[in-house]
Amino acid sequence: MSDDTTSHGAGFQCPLPVNRYPTVQLAHGGGGRLTQQLVEEMFLPAFRDRELDSRHDGAVLDIPRGRLAFTTDSYVVRPLFFPGGDIGTLAVYGSVNDLAMCGARPLYLSVGFILEEGLPMDTLRRVVQSMKAAAAEAGVRLVTGDTKVVDRGKGDGIFINTAGVGVVEHNLVIAPRSVRPGDWIVLSGDIGRHGIAVMAVREGLEFECRIESDCAPLSGLVLSMLERGIEVRCLRDLTRGGLASALVEIAEAAGLEIRIEEPAIPVREDVRGACEMLGFDPLYVANEGRFICFVPPAEAEKTVALMRSHPLGRDAAAIGSVTEGRAGLVSMKSRIGASRIVDMLSGEQLPRIC
Amino acid sequence: MKFVDEYRDPEAARGYAEALAKLVARPWTIMEICGGQTHAIVKFGVDALLPEQVTLVHGPGCPVCVTPVELIEKALNIAAIPNVIFCSFGDMLRVPAGSRDLFSVKSEGGDVRIVYSPMDALKIALENPGREVVFFAVGFETTAPANAMAAYQARRQGIANFSMLVSHVLVPPAMEVILSSPSNRVQGFLAAGHVCTVMGYSEYEAISRKYNVPVVVTGFEPLDILQGIHMVVLQLEEGRAEVENQYSRAVQREGNTAAQKLIREVFRVVPRKWRGVGEIANSGLGLVDEYSAFDAERKFGLEEHRVEESPDCISGLVLQGVKKPAECPAFAGACTPEHPLGATMVSNEGACAAYYRYRRFDSEGSAGIRSGANTDER
Repeated sequence: MSDDTTSHGAGFQCPLPVNRYPTVQLAHGGGGRLTQQLVEEMFLPAFRDRELDSRHDGAVLDIPRGRLAFTTDSYVVRPLFFPGGDIGTLAVYGSVNDLAMCGARPLYLSVGFILEEGLPMDTLRRVVQSMKAAAAEAGVRLVTGDTKVVDRGKGDGIFINTAGVGVVEHNLVIAPRSVRPGDWIVLSGDIGRHGIAVMAVREGLEFECRIESDCAPLSGLVLSMLERGIEVRCLRDLTRGGLASALVEIAEAAGLEIRIEEPAIPVREDVRGACEMLGFDPLYVANEGRFICFVPPAEAEKTVALMRSHPLGRDAAAIGSVTEGRAGLVSMKSRIGASRIVDMLSGEQLPRIC
Repeated sequence: MKFVDEYRDPEAARGYAEALAKLVARPWTIMEICGGQTHAIVKFGVDALLPEQVTLVHGPGCPVCVTPVELIEKALNIAAIPNVIFCSFGDMLRVPAGSRDLFSVKSEGGDVRIVYSPMDALKIALENPGREVVFFAVGFETTAPANAMAAYQARRQGIANFSMLVSHVLVPPAMEVILSSPSNRVQGFLAAGHVCTVMGYSEYEAISRKYNVPVVVTGFEPLDILQGIHMVVLQLEEGRAEVENQYSRAVQREGNTAAQKLIREVFRVVPRKWRGVGEIANSGLGLVDEYSAFDAERKFGLEEHRVEESPDCISGLVLQGVKKPAECPAFAGACTPEHPLGATMVSNEGACAAYYRYRRFDSEGSAGIRSGANTDER
């Protein structure tokens, strides 16, 4: 599959290279020749990094001046491929976005694959290729990794864990404890697309138009805000649990009340339609390329304008503000002008009967 | 969103609220029957726009809430059988019977699947001929035609590995129970628009006459509900008691006759237990004899289960509109969506869950919604 394919070791080569195995075998995770071939023929050519190429037990890395940000996340999405992305893109962007939410510049990622015996090699190849593309897009290096294979039936095709390291190049404390009464909340774009896109494929729902996941690396947009000197108080990417859960978490952690305006929250027409049909509230639907940003009132307008000048923040909007009020409460002024509580869900949203 | 946003217009909502405020002279208590309406009312804050004299109480129209514990137990038992694929609408999975629900059966290895239509369950049965596929057929008249269609097709196509655990309920008998109760305080009804798209509204004319109560067939968007309330209050203030149709864009007096025919082909009217209320005569649907081969209770030889409901839970009174959720001593304390004592705390459409999610600080006087513990002027 690549010009990098060379035989290593004691002049012995398995008679069946990776290319000849149409599916993943238990031995591909066994630490022997097959593992080596998988690494050499699948991962090294795709991720092409001098640290990875050194074939050491770990990566030894240069760290620029500043504080370190460090995060990890695991990815178990079903289906593996969905409109707008796949498990590979999610695994890269997920950790990149967690670093971005610390206000860090993402530098390095580790990748751990847990593969299910029998997984088609082509599926793995597609995922690896999209991880390669995603890493390039996010400007992050994949520098170390691991592969294990579990018995057929013990996994769901592919599980991926990534951990990420980034550098914090400013002195702001970006955290819920920095949030102050009066702060504005700016949302980076329309919500609910990822959850509906995945659900549509998983459940075989057909809508008139194709809804694509919003998954995207947010570090570029966040760093441009920091470089322009915006005094960011807190950042949070909206993943599982959606906008509502992120707001409740921050209101609780900050010990303050958050008030938002429903009409100010951008939700695309097709996503709203799908939610109406399923009895879902877009506030709770998952996203993979959206975040909220808490800024002092004087910075709100500038923040919205700056976000809107970036392709990933075109639909950015100020959606509400922070008050002393009742600690941990999120309230929302509804479309018809009345107020209600926005709470965290106990679990996943369930489709309603009628 | 086309055809929806028009019914959520804040200007028009304020217009209705002002018209209502001008119209109302005396205090009135109105019940919305349907859980979908309860959900919309609390989600959009419709009740916050109403004049003080109008009190809304929430009716028994949430199929998840009124499904009796016995049937939930039966569902849990069937779903735990190794060769069974148990299919259900999503929001039934979290309904507790004792300390268990369908999610816990699933976590113990049961094959429990969420479907969006009973026809999906039928398809699963066709694709898995070696396994028994059971569909949990719950709901009011609204879901009855689709569930009837699944049974009808199963019989026509001879799909012997398909069956239904039926817990269908009917609206009019429940209204009569509420109206004939000595503690009743409901003076007017918003009838459930979607039930009426199927059944029409001629059934309600007798009820309206017998109990001298206005009934307005109402839709589910905030403006539908405000207009429906306006129509009920107008009747009350003028001393009229009639059946009127606010939801004329979807409902006709005779309903959907083709759907009714299909329901009659597959189902017959039976007595049915309602969670928190008890048995109500002629208040449910069960499979007719010709379809008994598709009756899961019969197929799996299930005995009657007796399960005590929590003595702290007042969901029966909440479902009948006698009490509001916040009047329950367990509300938001011993009973929360994470640890529900009764089904009204489980479903999205359940009055207790709706209050918990959108309103629970109100009793402490924060967001300015009135508590409903008043109005006995009937």
